[in-house]
Amino acid sequence: MRRRAAGPIDFTKLVVSGIGVAMLVFVAWRIVLTASEGTYGWPTYASQIVFGLAQGGIYALIALGYTLVYGILFMINFAHGEIFMGGTYIGFFVIEAFAESGFLQTHPLPALLITALTAMLSSVVLAIGLERIAYRPLRKAPRLVPLITAIGASLFLQYAFRGLFGTGVKVYPDTHLYIAGIDLLGGRYDLGGVTVRPIYFVVFLLAVALMLALWLFVQKTKMGKAMRAVAEDKDTAALMGINVDRVIVMTFALGAALAGAAGVMYALYNKQVTHTMGFFPGIKAFTAAVLGGIGNIPGAMLGGFFLGLAESTFPTLLGLDAQLKDVIAFSLLVLVLIFRPTGILGEVLSRRKA
Amino acid sequence: MSDLRQSLRTATIVGSVMVFVALIGALTAFADEPIVSGVLTLTQLILLLGAFAAGYRTESGRRGREGAILSMGLGALSGAAAMAFLGVLAVIVDLVNLRSVLVNATPALVEVLTLDRGLPAGLGVLLAVGVVGGALGAVWNRIPGWFRRELSLGGAAVLLIGILRGKGLDPWAAAGLLAAITLGAYAYSSYGSSILDGYRRFERGNESMTRLVLWTVVAAVLLLLPQVLGVYATSVVDLVGLYALMGLGLNIVVGYAGLLDLGYVAFFTIGAYVTGLLTSPAASTHLGLSFWVAWPVALAAAATAGALLGIPVLRMRGDYLAIVTLGFGEIIRILVMSDALKGILGGAQGIIEIPGPVLGGFTFIKPQHFYYLILLGCLAVVVVSRRVSDSRIGRAWVAIREDEDVAEATGINLVRYKLLAFSLGASFSGIGGAIFASWVHAVFPNSFTLLVSINILSLIIVGGIGSIPGVILGAFVLVGLPEILREFADFRMITFGALLVVMMLARPEGLWPAKQRRRELSADTLEA
Repeated sequence: MRRRAAGPIDFTKLVVSGIGVAMLVFVAWRIVLTASEGTYGWPTYASQIVFGLAQGGIYALIALGYTLVYGILFMINFAHGEIFMGGTYIGFFVIEAFAESGFLQTHPLPALLITALTAMLSSVVLAIGLERIAYRPLRKAPRLVPLITAIGASLFLQYAFRGLFGTGVKVYPDTHLYIAGIDLLGGRYDLGGVTVRPIYFVVFLLAVALMLALWLFVQKTKMGKAMRAVAEDKDTAALMGINVDRVIVMTFALGAALAGAAGVMYALYNKQVTHTMGFFPGIKAFTAAVLGGIGNIPGAMLGGFFLGLAESTFPTLLGLDAQLKDVIAFSLLVLVLIFRPTGILGEVLSRRKA
Repeated sequence: MSDLRQSLRTATIVGSVMVFVALIGALTAFADEPIVSGVLTLTQLILLLGAFAAGYRTESGRRGREGAILSMGLGALSGAAAMAFLGVLAVIVDLVNLRSVLVNATPALVEVLTLDRGLPAGLGVLLAVGVVGGALGAVWNRIPGWFRRELSLGGAAVLLIGILRGKGLDPWAAAGLLAAITLGAYAYSSYGSSILDGYRRFERGNESMTRLVLWTVVAAVLLLLPQVLGVYATSVVDLVGLYALMGLGLNIVVGYAGLLDLGYVAFFTIGAYVTGLLTSPAASTHLGLSFWVAWPVALAAAATAGALLGIPVLRMRGDYLAIVTLGFGEIIRILVMSDALKGILGGAQGIIEIPGPVLGGFTFIKPQHFYYLILLGCLAVVVVSRRVSDSRIGRAWVAIREDEDVAEATGINLVRYKLLAFSLGASFSGIGGAIFASWVHAVFPNSFTLLVSINILSLIIVGGIGSIPGVILGAFVLVGLPEILREFADFRMITFGALLVVMMLARPEGLWPAKQRRRELSADTLEA
């Protein structure tokens, strides 16, 4: 945060804190109100929390892409939501082909694996192309320039997919995967009045596993070490013999692979694929990255889960209209930026505020 | 050897781009758009230009320039190779049914790619187009620069008029027009400067007189324009004017103060809804006030909203600001659409029966009437923009844009000046919203999507960030042209996206750059 000369009363600070406190008081008041009414029992909250964890896992995986790139280039890859969309889209054609040939029904696990790998690969190709064509030539440009480029790229990708594959909504086929008699992907089970969909647990666990893999990659491998070095100081890293361009491409590729995997998982329970599907998850994942502290890998994970839970439980908890779900994410973003601009875990930004 | 490789590499890039253009459906859509009737359609021109570009790039990438025949040969090879990509595409589309995945891989596309001659005969024609286009591109590189400029001006004029006429130009008319514009441009470049000098000398002696004449002519044209244009053309001009008005507002925020605001549509929404609430008898408020009462309130509401949004976010760095404002724009749209506020704002049904402004018994209804209202708004905004940007405030904004820390160190109150930029820009958008609401007589939440913000941002970036004439030019190019060329409507957003990227890569200062930016650039080169 910027330290400013302290006047007698810092007016803006007062107003800002006023707004923040008012929002917090509102939240607390609504929670107490809803709790005292007791309309909703634990089953509602339990199923919301499970859904929130799955959705949060998706947000976290996308958020990692923002955070990785930001950590190294200090740039918001605005088109990251479209990279998520692109992978999901290409994945759709693969899984659709498997469903039509019957392979998906007979061998669901290999079919899904191939779908996911194709989606990840497509996202990676998109991201690398984007970096090469649109971002690399602008690495030394003023900050506004790459940001506008990224906005343009995001628009271009959305409408390129629309132009190539049509305007219609694509629907992922119903998928079933039985393990120990439980349909892990398509099943709905009734447990004491609560509808349980195992897919949410699967998505949550897979997301955690992928994040763990990323964490190990960044901490244990030579490439990961190079990434951390470049994030610390590009010029010095180059002097130490690290190929900075390659590291940057690798960063984009890693983020894109996670986004592509997230896309397939998202589509397995959300089903619908359109050319605009990347927009909201993209912005929310960015919010998650800021919540956790942008540039910080565990922060992105934490922020993603927090946002997923907040979005799924707050509408009932606060007694708000479900339509206003999207407002919650943005209000959270504003609150965090007011009270803790560095995010929950982040100190990075304050040190390197360029 | 390296020349050959260069020519094939260029062909690969051009060929891939052309395949992409074909697969998003652009070639099929423009096949019925004649430029010279019976001779050339827009699709054929695009094919030719693709080959031309391949030949041109090949030649300009060569190290040595010796050998006219060699250079034409390499260009022709490159053009033909680029077209070969499309030929392969045509064969594949003909043999395999790809339509379930790629919606534009249709038999119509094969027809277009083979220039209506069918497979395999059409492939020969396609390659011939490549050879001719590529060779022309290579030759283009070797002819004198002055002739190139004049000829391309003539070509652009033929293209524009051919498209605007709808049924294309007569071949003789096209040739005549090309010759006339080319020669005219040549004459201007040879004698134009001496004529201009003569005028300048004259102007120096009679400054007040020439200025009076000039302004009278400009005013007369602006005032009489809607009488000359039809209803449809006037409503296009109105739309351009409305976007120019808002573009000038966003220009203050982005261009002068350097704050990237992606939620600009929010203030437009606020202006429109405030006007709707105050003037429509059908709104929940049942006020039915006059437009003249409503617009200052709309302006004030938008400016206040700008300040309120600005207070928490203006301490953020640029990229944060972009996302937060984007989120804000979405929040406003969601709130306006939600059932929670349906009682007041009408939910998805919006507010209807918004009356046009009434002035002494005269009601604004037709686009021609609104033209004058929008013109007045634009003029006011231009005057305010110019006065403010030349003032102490404008200089403070430039300082903030260039370096916040230095600006603060020189005693500029960052928050105050940023807030000022934010609310001034927002208030322009609020006026735009007020005029919009009374023009279309209704407001619906779906008119206020993020795409409006992106449109406005694109037009100021293409026109020239920080430049008033640039913003107006940008509004004409990005709002006016797509309205006239309806076939382009499907490709509008993808073009905007590509334009944003290409402009940032190739010409970040825009088509009509601001003087100050130009000065800054030259100052940089002096220091270096």
